[in-house]
Amino acid sequence: MPNTESLSPATEGRTSARGAREPAGGLAVALWATLRRDLVLLMRRRSEVLNPLVFFALVITLFPIGISPDPDLLATIAPGLLWVAALLAALLSLDSLFRGDFDDGSLEQLLLTPQPLPMLGLAKVAVHWLLTGLPLALMAPVLGIMLSLPAGSYLVLAVSLALGTASLSLIGAIGAALTVGLSRGGVLLSLLVLPLYIPVLIFGAGAVQAAILGDGALAHLAILGALLALALMLAPWAIAASLRISING
Amino acid sequence: MWAFINKLRSPKWFYAISARLQPFFWVAATALILVGSVWGLAFAPADYQQGNSFRIIYVHVPSAFLAQSIFVSMAVAGLVYMVWKIKIADMAAAMMAPLGAAMTFVSLFSGAVWGVPTWGTWWMWDARLTSMLILLFLYLGVIALRGAFSSRDSASRAASVLAMVGVINIPIIKYSVDWWYTLHQPATFTITGRVAMPTEMWVPLLLMVLGFYSFFIALTLMRTRSEILRRESNKRWVRDLALEER
Repeated sequence: MPNTESLSPATEGRTSARGAREPAGGLAVALWATLRRDLVLLMRRRSEVLNPLVFFALVITLFPIGISPDPDLLATIAPGLLWVAALLAALLSLDSLFRGDFDDGSLEQLLLTPQPLPMLGLAKVAVHWLLTGLPLALMAPVLGIMLSLPAGSYLVLAVSLALGTASLSLIGAIGAALTVGLSRGGVLLSLLVLPLYIPVLIFGAGAVQAAILGDGALAHLAILGALLALALMLAPWAIAASLRISING
Repeated sequence: MWAFINKLRSPKWFYAISARLQPFFWVAATALILVGSVWGLAFAPADYQQGNSFRIIYVHVPSAFLAQSIFVSMAVAGLVYMVWKIKIADMAAAMMAPLGAAMTFVSLFSGAVWGVPTWGTWWMWDARLTSMLILLFLYLGVIALRGAFSSRDSASRAASVLAMVGVINIPIIKYSVDWWYTLHQPATFTITGRVAMPTEMWVPLLLMVLGFYSFFIALTLMRTRSEILRRESNKRWVRDLALEER
């Protein structure tokens, strides 16, 4: 197997890192390796994947208890509740995005690889979205039923969350990369990231509201897509710069 | 141009030149704010709808201007620091942040006070109020991030990155909040009588805005000078300076 070395960029040594010899396969192999490694790591720590989902369900349970079990009232606030709860659940798992790699030193190795760091960071964010944002989006309709969300908005809810959490993961990763070197980064992370989440929340919850009212959901989804495109374009650079700051500091 | 930028790299040069610039800005700030506030508070005519309560505008609008400009200046300084490694830029950015947060708070607070006689409430989820509140959180985030690092170099670079990320997001936040506000049914009362403002009203306002900007520049120069002394305290020229003072 010619690609064994580049298949594990985390354990790749300094010798090949300084560009003496480009590993066979280049960027695509490195991306695939990063994706696979992170997926395997997270699948082995299932509780970390499940925690945000349980948190999501729990927070949604709190609201009928705290406000009122009246279905009419719940139906009016359900889009916002589901979106805020999903946003907080996604935030909860953000701190561990780079933490493990930082602690065991594999993040440094990632920085030393000859591959562009923004792309590798993007691969890590993609894994985070696959195992946090996507499950949240799939789970939200079930919780929507419990909040008596009006029929006809379930698909929009799932799609808006799937699109929106991808932007949230990208923006959040900047904050996670900035705070990964700090011992008490968790609280700071939410202070940094939550204000930046507001546009996504507005259009995400707006999409569901619009679907309930019967028009304009597609426009909201299109803007969510535009935000995602913008985040995809800019966030990887900020993530890479932030990782460099955190490692060298 | 390049010679100028190279000079800017030297904290010593900046320390000397800012000593000469600083008095002008202090004088301008004091004069403009004095004239503007006396004119605005005592001589400008009362608004035909809002009466005297409209005079809050003379604090509210300049502070809101500054709140936004300071964040942009902070991001520009961050960019300059990241690209050219000019330390002065970072020092200035660090010194601007608390003033920016304070100005955001002042504009929010004066807006709330203004809201009581005009809207009948302290707070409304108005689009502008909401985006100013978010701006305040962005400021607090930058300040907190800078404080969280133990290494000054990392703190500077992290704060620069965050300020730049924030400044890209400010327009997005602003437009999305506007959109959100138009989706929510706006309240029936809005700020009135702003379109055709008589000259006697807007001239003092202009003076106040210019005065606030001069104050911002003067204060930033002053605070940057002390920050230079603090960060360069082990340099030769700072020690010589301290000996001279003695």
